[in-house]
Amino acid sequence: MTPLLKVENLSIRLPEGADREFAISNVNYDLLPGEILCVVGESGSGKSMTANAIMGLLPATIEVNRGTIIFDGYDLVSLEERRARALRGNRISMIFQEPMTALNPLMRIADQISEVFLIHTDMTSKERETRTLALLEDVGLPDPEKMMRAYPHQLSGGQRQRVMIAMALALEPSVLIADEPTTALDVTTQAQILKLIKDLQKKHNTAVMFITHDFGVVAEIADRVVVMEKGIMVEIGSRDEVLNNPQHSYTQKLIAAVPPLTAPERISHKQSDRTPVLSVNNLYKTFSTGGSWFRKGRVVKAVDNVSFDLYRGETLGLVGESGSGKSTVSRCVVRLLDSDSGEIVLGGSPIQLLKGRDLAPFRKRIQMVFQDPYGSLNPRKTIGQIIADGPIAQGMSPKDAMAKAVELLELVELPAAALDRYPHEFSGGQRQRVGIARALAHDPEVLVADEAISALDVSVQAQILDLIETLKKRLNLAVLFVVHDLRVAAQVCDRVIVMQRGKIVESGNTRQVFVSPNHAYTKSLIASIPGAHWRSGKDAKPPIPQEVVA
Amino acid sequence: MSIKILLYIAGRAVKGLLVLLVIAVFNFFLIRAAPGDPAQVMAGEAGATDEVFLQQLREQFGLDQPLYYQLWVYINNMLHFDMGITYRQQMPVFDLIMDRMPATLLLTGAAFVLSLLLGVLAGVVAAAKHRKWPDSAITVAALVFYATPLFWLAMMASLLFSVYLDWLPSFGMQTVGEDFAGWDKVRDIGIHLVLPAATLGLFFTAVYARMTRTSMIETSRLDFVKTAKAKGMKPSRVLYRHVLRNALLPVVTLAGLQAGQLIGGAVLTETVFAWPGIGRLMFDALFQRDYNLLLGVFFISSAMVVLFNLITDVIYCVVDPRIEL
Repeated sequence: MTPLLKVENLSIRLPEGADREFAISNVNYDLLPGEILCVVGESGSGKSMTANAIMGLLPATIEVNRGTIIFDGYDLVSLEERRARALRGNRISMIFQEPMTALNPLMRIADQISEVFLIHTDMTSKERETRTLALLEDVGLPDPEKMMRAYPHQLSGGQRQRVMIAMALALEPSVLIADEPTTALDVTTQAQILKLIKDLQKKHNTAVMFITHDFGVVAEIADRVVVMEKGIMVEIGSRDEVLNNPQHSYTQKLIAAVPPLTAPERISHKQSDRTPVLSVNNLYKTFSTGGSWFRKGRVVKAVDNVSFDLYRGETLGLVGESGSGKSTVSRCVVRLLDSDSGEIVLGGSPIQLLKGRDLAPFRKRIQMVFQDPYGSLNPRKTIGQIIADGPIAQGMSPKDAMAKAVELLELVELPAAALDRYPHEFSGGQRQRVGIARALAHDPEVLVADEAISALDVSVQAQILDLIETLKKRLNLAVLFVVHDLRVAAQVCDRVIVMQRGKIVESGNTRQVFVSPNHAYTKSLIASIPGAHWRSGKDAKPPIPQEVVA
Repeated sequence: MSIKILLYIAGRAVKGLLVLLVIAVFNFFLIRAAPGDPAQVMAGEAGATDEVFLQQLREQFGLDQPLYYQLWVYINNMLHFDMGITYRQQMPVFDLIMDRMPATLLLTGAAFVLSLLLGVLAGVVAAAKHRKWPDSAITVAALVFYATPLFWLAMMASLLFSVYLDWLPSFGMQTVGEDFAGWDKVRDIGIHLVLPAATLGLFFTAVYARMTRTSMIETSRLDFVKTAKAKGMKPSRVLYRHVLRNALLPVVTLAGLQAGQLIGGAVLTETVFAWPGIGRLMFDALFQRDYNLLLGVFFISSAMVVLFNLITDVIYCVVDPRIEL
């Protein structure tokens, strides 16, 4: 088969002062008609760079240093801008990672889609409208007539991504580039969008270049796979070859870091004869927005009658999709948010109503590790100050607190030299280690990890999870682990609680919940995990595309 | 315009009236706290300083009454839409202000439109030519006008264009002694308007230019701009259709601030160019300790700020669909 798109010896130079000279160097691959080619790699691997080069969307400071991108007999690298524009959005189109920001907030959906027709065709406004409506139907948006007039903020993330897909496929391009299009979506939405892309790709015989970091997604949709490491293409092959028999050590390492979906057998703690370190009873929290003299605001029940116990030495997973209230629960528990009603009992004392000085001694017994390793450390303070601040606030002498910070750095496997350096000098994984050290500085009994690993690359994730597990055992911690990634939950949690719209729909032993889920929502969550059959332990065969459980 | 918007406006209007009442009381005390006695100023100008005459003046204007009583009278009158009589001209305050209003609105309105158009245009050009020479030129010019005091600029402009070059009149609104009518009159006022409007508008032109430039550059880094480019759109069209509209949102806020000063913001300019507007009126009233007139001007200026705050918020909701009232 003649390739549709041919990337040959492509090298892209980074501006001076970057961590390496080339964003990508000497990359070669073809895209065949009607295939889905997955480009996989961790952040900084340069996997999006080729896509941007194909689309002519490289930032002004970065330019192609060498090589060609042949499409339809033209070299896109040297093609005149005017002619490249005629291809863009027409023959080659692209969808992006962040559906929340990829649409113009001030323009109606219909106008944004029909712009594509306006640019590339001579259609009348009536024709444009008809075609736009048909597209919205094609991508499965509810009530397309109404969608036409809607603004982006009125749509959910999944719906916006459907709009993006409609826009990209408007003129039936021969190549669709998808840059992590499902990464920002919930697992059930992700499954739907993947299915949609696959269906449309089949229907129109589009060639898709799909950029992702998630091997589950690769297992779900890829025909062929390209693996990138630090700008170099380390492996290329069919999906089954790469997933089940990876040749390059980097690919092997990446795949080994993907947690299998089966929960390991765990020694169940005899909980009946122990007292929980943390008990949450009938917790409620509602948020109301808007509202004024003349209008009633919108009320959202974020936490709706939630109760659970947490024991020392165990990890309790709080899983659910965005908006399920799992983070709100964790914030209420550490008293960053005030709950409306219910009881939070820490070591025998109810703490839900305590304030100021009365609460302070309890604060150090329950500590949190935050999601964003970049935003959660004060950039103007040294690592030492960040770690020591808490104990000092609790009355420890600065000297002792610093000595303790050194110990803690060793505990989280960071060099003592980190003490006098600032957060920006560290990678995401290292910063998350600092975040953990900061939380542990108080010698807490309970550690609350709110999506503490979701911003990290998969190989770094594995390291941080190991660290938390080790520390839990060593310090006999109780860990409340808020997580949306079910693969991770299966690996690290002794018990899980599944939340949906503020309510607990299912809870129990992790293995039991994963093997025989009772609630329909839990079942749909598990069924939506991309590549669920791959590396499920019992079945190493390539997956059969599965229908989403509605 | 839905019922929701009308309800919102009604609610804001009620709040606005309360705010104005508080402002009126505050203004009253502010003026009384300033040193000086209107009776003495008037008596001084009349050449008489005897106690009896002063007492007579005080009684005439109610200045001999206790302060709380004066406040009560003032607020009570205000609630009946009565701003009182000026001490000096012996005219109703409201009539005098309305008499001067057109001149001020012409000046400030011209400055407003001029600065908004010129500022946004300069900002767009600077952003489109980011890091090229037009950007540097506009940025430097904007910084200079931003940093230069208004009165100094006014004096230098009149020195250059009126005294040395003799292109433009340096003061007043119309040529003294001429009795133009029709287009001649429009032309005459237009020529007189150039210097004061330009002086008054330059500061805000600079502010708008800087704001538009920054906002455009920031907006052009957003994801949806990349989406627009990926559609195959021409850069100029991306700039106009996607970047500009989003970038103008913060400019609307600033424009609302400037619009609030349409009445009270031209004191310096009107004084330097002897423009017969409200700013001059206020300036004179200040020296004459004409309490009623001053309170009237203050009140109208405050009302304008409250009104334009409301208008800005409504405009915001029209241009940005994400904002719900």
